[in-house]
Amino acid sequence: MPPLTHYLVLSAILFAIGTLGVFLRRNVITILLSIEIMLNAVNLSFVAFGRYLGTVDGQIIVFFVVTVAAAEAAVGLALVIALFRHRETLNPDAFTTLRW
Amino acid sequence: MPPELILFYVFGAAAVVASVFVIGQRNPMYSVLLLIASFAALSGLYVLLDAPFVAVIQIIIYAGAVMVLFLFVVMLLNAPREEAAAVRVFGSPTTRRMGALLALTLLVELVWALSRAGQREVWVSGPPDRLPSAVGSVRAIGLALFRDYAFAFEVTSVLILVAMLGAVVLAKREL
Repeated sequence: MPPLTHYLVLSAILFAIGTLGVFLRRNVITILLSIEIMLNAVNLSFVAFGRYLGTVDGQIIVFFVVTVAAAEAAVGLALVIALFRHRETLNPDAFTTLRW
Repeated sequence: MPPELILFYVFGAAAVVASVFVIGQRNPMYSVLLLIASFAALSGLYVLLDAPFVAVIQIIIYAGAVMVLFLFVVMLLNAPREEAAAVRVFGSPTTRRMGALLALTLLVELVWALSRAGQREVWVSGPPDRLPSAVGSVRAIGLALFRDYAFAFEVTSVLILVAMLGAVVLAKREL
């Protein structure tokens, strides 16, 4: 069994990749995917902590995170569709006015 | 090298490489498919962590439901390619470089903090092998979920209802 630090560092790497994606990409869908990567990195550390502390609570929290991620994806994608209908683009830099 | 460690490195490397390719793609279609690969690797890691239930919901809910939703939207919008430099407000090369720098700083900071926090003997000496027989089992999860976390579970249903209504209203033709 690898030490807990291994799992935490892997989780940190995945989280940083997700952050990098949010900063670099100019496509709303890819940005949403990067957020999913970040959520999964956090899930991994929850499960690892739960395993190494010998409790089930980590997995319960992952269950809730997955639920919230599904809700977030549904609302986020609905927003993407609404934005695309008005702007004909997925580039977040094009969404600069608050009124249309 | 114990087999568990080898499996950890294999799955971890697969997850990291797939995630890097996800953000390296210009075509969101490939990004979504690569993210499914990353989720599969993560689910392997959950099996290594004695959490079969989480591994299964990772595949069924994430790869099966959420990613299919993403695929539907990518196909529906039919605008696969990211425009090279159509409108640039915040996307100037300087700000992008700053963003990359910030992400790298975050990574260094996290790894530094973790490598120092991990010195406690509980974590280095490995998990308790006593592993209370049923920690990973669906039975234990169900008991905890409907006993200790019953209120949170009920509140989740309200959250999903609100998200459903919000998605329907937002995606309506005339906003």
